[in-house]
Amino acid sequence: MGVEAAAAASLQEVINWARKNSVWPVTFGLACCALEMMVASSSTYDIARFGSEVFRPSPRQADLMIVAGTVTKKMAPMLKRIYEQMPEPKWVIAYGACACSGGIFQTYNVVQGVDQIIPVDVYVPGCPPRPEGLLKGIITLQEKIAAEPAGQRNLVSLPWGNNG
Amino acid sequence: MAKCMAGDLLKETFPEAVRDIEEFRRETSITVDAGKIREVMTFLKENEKLCYDLLLDLAGVDFDDRSPRFMIAYLLHSTKINNKLRIKTTVAEGASLDTVSDIWLAANWMEREVFDMFGITFNNHPNLRRILLPEDFVGHPLRKDFPVKGPDFDQPLHVCLEEER
Repeated sequence: MGVEAAAAASLQEVINWARKNSVWPVTFGLACCALEMMVASSSTYDIARFGSEVFRPSPRQADLMIVAGTVTKKMAPMLKRIYEQMPEPKWVIAYGACACSGGIFQTYNVVQGVDQIIPVDVYVPGCPPRPEGLLKGIITLQEKIAAEPAGQRNLVSLPWGNNG
Repeated sequence: MAKCMAGDLLKETFPEAVRDIEEFRRETSITVDAGKIREVMTFLKENEKLCYDLLLDLAGVDFDDRSPRFMIAYLLHSTKINNKLRIKTTVAEGASLDTVSDIWLAANWMEREVFDMFGITFNNHPNLRRILLPEDFVGHPLRKDFPVKGPDFDQPLHVCLEEER
């Protein structure tokens, strides 16, 4: 490995380390799973231990979208728009059975899995999953971020949309 | 609760419009002609002895083995005489019904919901659009012949934002 490649690899490690420890979620609760997500930020579960306590009210400031709840077909365009408004790098956790696969709602008005609309990194099944499930999902996501190789994602994201 | 006097009054005033009056467990249901629904409803609201000033609910029912196919049920309440009344009327498939949204403003969204779910149109409704389902939804899901999972359940969903078009 050349010096430049080694430097790039260790730079990637530093950046991954920074990214994985400050995954800021966008406030996006759709159904009962959102209540469990809120409990995860309470003192008992304390999502702040993983650097994810800052639920941003604007997708422009968020890195992670926790799709917590049933996605109806009417909600699908709004969900996709919020995802597109998030700057890179961004990740998605499908939280709960409905977000993963439609859950019990095998009906005409529910999206059968949010992965039909946006790419999903971590699936957390359960109806609803306990807050520990969300913490496990975040830890899994952190492991995934830490293992991201150089070149998979641009190191710098520019605020005007295109990646650096 | 005193015996409902709406049935007798309606029969006096609209002898040709009242089809049937049922009493069951002190609940009164009156079936009226769809064509006379506005006159009947205006009378029920404005008659001083009745004064049904509150529209509690407006719902559609699909009896796909009957003709006419649909029934619309209006649940009225009178705060003056503390009495509830159910008015029923029938609508054939493809036919439309006069709106009561100018008599009770509450009917506006309820009629939109009935339109959304059953495809029954209401004449002179100020804003007859889908209310619960997406605007581009095809079909009326509370009809008995609508598949519960929808016609395209196993197809992947394509969401196209306005700015992507």
